[in-house]
Amino acid sequence: MSTTASAAGSTGETRAYRDYGRPLWRRVLLSREAAVIALLILVWIVGYTQVPHFAAPITLTFLLQDMAPVLLIALPMTLIIITGEIDLSVASVMGLSSALIGILTQQGWAFGAAFLVALIVGLVAGLVNGVLVTVVGLPSLAVTIGTLALYRGIAQGLLGSKAITDFPSEWTSLATGNIPGTPLPIVTVLIVVLALVFGLLLHFTPFGRGVYAIGLSADAAAFSGVRITRTKIILFALAGLVSAVAGAYYTLRFGSARGDNATGLELSVVAAVLLGGVSIFGGRGALPGVLAGALLIGAIASALRLAGITSDVINVVTGVLLVLSVVIAGLLGKLRFRRLRIVKS
Amino acid sequence: MPDDIPPAAPATGSTPSAGAPSGAAASTAPAAPSAPAALELRDISKAFGQVIALRSGTLRLESGSIHALIGENGAGKSTLVKIIAGLYQRDAGEFLLGGESVDFRSTAESKAAGIAVIYQEPTLFPDLSVTENIFMGRQPLKGLRRIDRAAMREQALGLFQRLGVRIHPDRPARGLSIADQQIIEIAKAISLDARVLVMDEPTAALSGVEVDRLFAVARALRDEGRALLFISHRFDEVFALCDTVTVMRDGAYIATQPIAETDTAKLVRQMVGRDVAELFPKQEAVIGDELLRVEGLTSPLFADVDLSVRSGEIVGLAGLVGAGRSEVVRAVFGVDRYDSGTVTVEGRALAPHDPTAAMRAGLALVPEDRRAQGLVLGTTVARNLTMAIRSKLTKAGILTRAAENQAARVWASRLEVKSSALDAEVGTFSGGNQQKVVLAKWLATNPKVLIVDEPTRGIDVGTKSEVHRLLSELAGQGLGILMISSELPEVLGMADRVIVMREGRVTAELSRADANPESVMSAATGAGAAA
Repeated sequence: MSTTASAAGSTGETRAYRDYGRPLWRRVLLSREAAVIALLILVWIVGYTQVPHFAAPITLTFLLQDMAPVLLIALPMTLIIITGEIDLSVASVMGLSSALIGILTQQGWAFGAAFLVALIVGLVAGLVNGVLVTVVGLPSLAVTIGTLALYRGIAQGLLGSKAITDFPSEWTSLATGNIPGTPLPIVTVLIVVLALVFGLLLHFTPFGRGVYAIGLSADAAAFSGVRITRTKIILFALAGLVSAVAGAYYTLRFGSARGDNATGLELSVVAAVLLGGVSIFGGRGALPGVLAGALLIGAIASALRLAGITSDVINVVTGVLLVLSVVIAGLLGKLRFRRLRIVKS
Repeated sequence: MPDDIPPAAPATGSTPSAGAPSGAAASTAPAAPSAPAALELRDISKAFGQVIALRSGTLRLESGSIHALIGENGAGKSTLVKIIAGLYQRDAGEFLLGGESVDFRSTAESKAAGIAVIYQEPTLFPDLSVTENIFMGRQPLKGLRRIDRAAMREQALGLFQRLGVRIHPDRPARGLSIADQQIIEIAKAISLDARVLVMDEPTAALSGVEVDRLFAVARALRDEGRALLFISHRFDEVFALCDTVTVMRDGAYIATQPIAETDTAKLVRQMVGRDVAELFPKQEAVIGDELLRVEGLTSPLFADVDLSVRSGEIVGLAGLVGAGRSEVVRAVFGVDRYDSGTVTVEGRALAPHDPTAAMRAGLALVPEDRRAQGLVLGTTVARNLTMAIRSKLTKAGILTRAAENQAARVWASRLEVKSSALDAEVGTFSGGNQQKVVLAKWLATNPKVLIVDEPTRGIDVGTKSEVHRLLSELAGQGLGILMISSELPEVLGMADRVIVMREGRVTAELSRADANPESVMSAATGAGAAA
C-alpha cells in the first residue's frame, strides 16, 4: 500500500485497468453457455448423420412446435431463477388460459377477445404469485406449488373433463403453419422477438443488473437501491403473462382446449433453464445458454424418438443430462471456491 | 497532504506496554502460578488473514472467584472467549486448564473439559421443555435405553433449587425471557459440572431485577468454588460483582488488578489510553448549511434520536456495539422502517423506507458489513462500482458493459482500487481494497451527505489512513459526513462533533473540544451515572 496514494478529487494519473482479466477465447470457450451450445451442435451433428429422417426439414418444424411453450416460458423463468426464486405454477396458468379460451369461445366470444381475457387472467395469476412471495414474504417454492394446484383446479373446474375443439382456422393456422418458404413455424417469430426483449431486459438494462444483484446478495442489492419487491412482482407477472400466451398457442396447436393441457410442463421449463447454465441458487446464468438448453432437450428427444427409442428412455436420458449438468456445475463451483480460498490464505 | 501522517501511524501495531498509561505499570501482572489456576492463557495470538484479532491475550482465572474482562470494541475480548470455547484455535501462546496444557479443536472438546460459555442470547430448542433442553444429548436412561423422564425432571428441579430460581421444568423453552434462557444455559453448565463459566455480556438484554438474580446465581457458583469470567461494558456491574478485573486493548493484555484497587477513571484510562491526537489528519473545513436533519426517530431498536449534519462537517456517532447506531443510519437511509420521526435532506422531507429516494435526495450509505451489504460478492468490480449509478449510465434505456467499464475505470483510479482488470471478482480482494470499492461506488453517486458505518473496520493500517484522508478531503469539498465508529481514536481524531448513543438513545452531544476518551466512554457506558 502506497501511503502517498491520492484520494478523490486529486489529479493522480489514471491507472490502467484492463476490461478483462482473461483473454477472449478463454472467457467464451470456458463459459457454461459455450458448453451447452457445443453439446447442442454435437447432438445436431450426430442426429444429422446417424439418425434417419433427422435431417428432414419437418423434424425442425416439429421440434420448434413442440418446444415453443418451453422456449417461451423459459425466458421469464430464467430471470426469476436468477433472482433466487422459482415459479412452478406456469403450466397450470397455461391450462387456465386454455380452459378460459375454450369456455369463452364456446359461449360465442370471438377468439381474439377470449385470448385477451386469458392474457389478463395470466397476468393476474402471476401478480398473485409475486405478491405472495414479496409482500407476504413466503418462499416461492411453497407459494407456486400451492398456486400450481389452485390454477389447475380452477382450469379443470371451468371445463370439467370436456375438451373444446372448435376454433377458427385462421387462428389455428397461426399455430400450425410455417413462415412461407421455410421449415420454421410461425411461432418462431414470437420466440425470437420475446427472446430479444428478455435478453435486452436481463443483459442490457439497470433492471437486469438488479435481477443479478438480488440473486447474489439481496442485502447488498437493497443497500444499493435495488427495488427488490417491485422487481420480483414484475417478473412473476411476466411469467404469468407469457404462460397465458403459451397456453393459447398450445390450445391452437392441438386444436383442443382442456383443463389438463400441458400438465407437468413446468418441469421441462425448469430443466431447460438449469441445463442452460442458470444457477438454482440465483445470481448466475445467461439467456443464450437457456435457449440452447431448451433446444438441446428438444433435439435429444426428437433424435431418440426418430431412432425408435421409447419415451420413457427419452425421459431417463433427459433426466440424467440435467442431473449431470447440475452436478458438474456444483463441482466446478467448489473447485473454484477452493482455489479462491487458497489464494486468500 | 501525505506528509501529515506521522511515522507513528501504526501505533496500533506497537507493543502493548508502549502506549499504556501509568496506571498499567502500577497494576499487578498475573503472578507466577503457585497453585495452578483454573484456567490460564499466556500470550495467545490469533490472526484472520491480514487482520490480527488478538496479539497477546493473557488471562488467569482462579477457582472461587469472579473475574471481569473489559475493553473497547475490537479489543479482542470476543476472540479470546471464542478460543476458550474451542470455536477458534490459537496461532500461538499457552492455554492451561488446571495447570495442564490443552488444545481444543471444537466446542465439544472444551465442553468436555469443563468449560461452559453462556452467550448474550442463548439458543435453545424452543419446542422442547426446559428439562429436555438441559439434558439434550445426554438424557438419563433406564432399561432398554429408554429416557428416564422422572429422573430427568427430578435432576432439573434439583438444579433450579441450587440456583434459587423458579422455572417450571415441563414448560417449553419458547417464550422464556432471555434472562431465564441464560439460567437454563447455566443449569446445563452446572449439570455438566463445568469448572469454568464464561459469560459473554450476559446482562446486555436484562432488566435490573433479572441482573440481580443473575448476580446471585453467579455468586452462588463462585462460593461453590467455580471460576467465572464475566464480560461486560457496564462498570457498575463489574464493581458490584467481580473480584478481579483484566483490561484488554487492541488485541493485547494491558493489566490485571483486584477490583478493590482500581476505579472507573483508571479503568477507562487503561481501556483507551493511547496517543490519538496525531493519528488522523483532519483538515479544517468550512462548516456550512445544514444538509441532514433527523428528528425524533423512533423504532423498537432506538428512540427519539435527533441529529444533524452540516456541509463540511464530520459528525462522529460513537457508542458501544449494540447501542443502535447502525440501526439508526439504516432507517435514515431507508433500508429499515421506523415508527415515527422525520428525516430531512436540505430542508426537504425524505420518504421513509425508500433507499432509492434517499439516493436521489443525495444520501449515500457505506454500510457496516462490507461483504454482505456493501458489495455484491460474486460479481465484478466494475458492476459493483456502477451498481448505485447504473440508471444514470444508460442511453435510451440500454446499459452496456462499455458504459459501465468507462465509469468504473474513473472511480477505480480515483480511489486507487488495486485490480488489474475490471472483471475481477470483488470477493477475491483484501478488506481494505473492498472498502475502497464500496466508497467509490457511493462517491460515484455524487452525494451531499455520506454516511459511513465503521469505515475502517478490519482493514490494514495503510488503507485506514487513506480512508481518513479521503473523508477529510470530502468534508473539505463541502460534503456532510456522518461517521459511525467504535474506535475512539478514530472518532476523536476525525469528528468535528461527536454524538454518543447508548441503548438506543442519544446520551451526549460533544463538540470537538469537549470530546475526549473519558467523556465519550462515560456517555457510551453510563459509567458517569454509576460512579
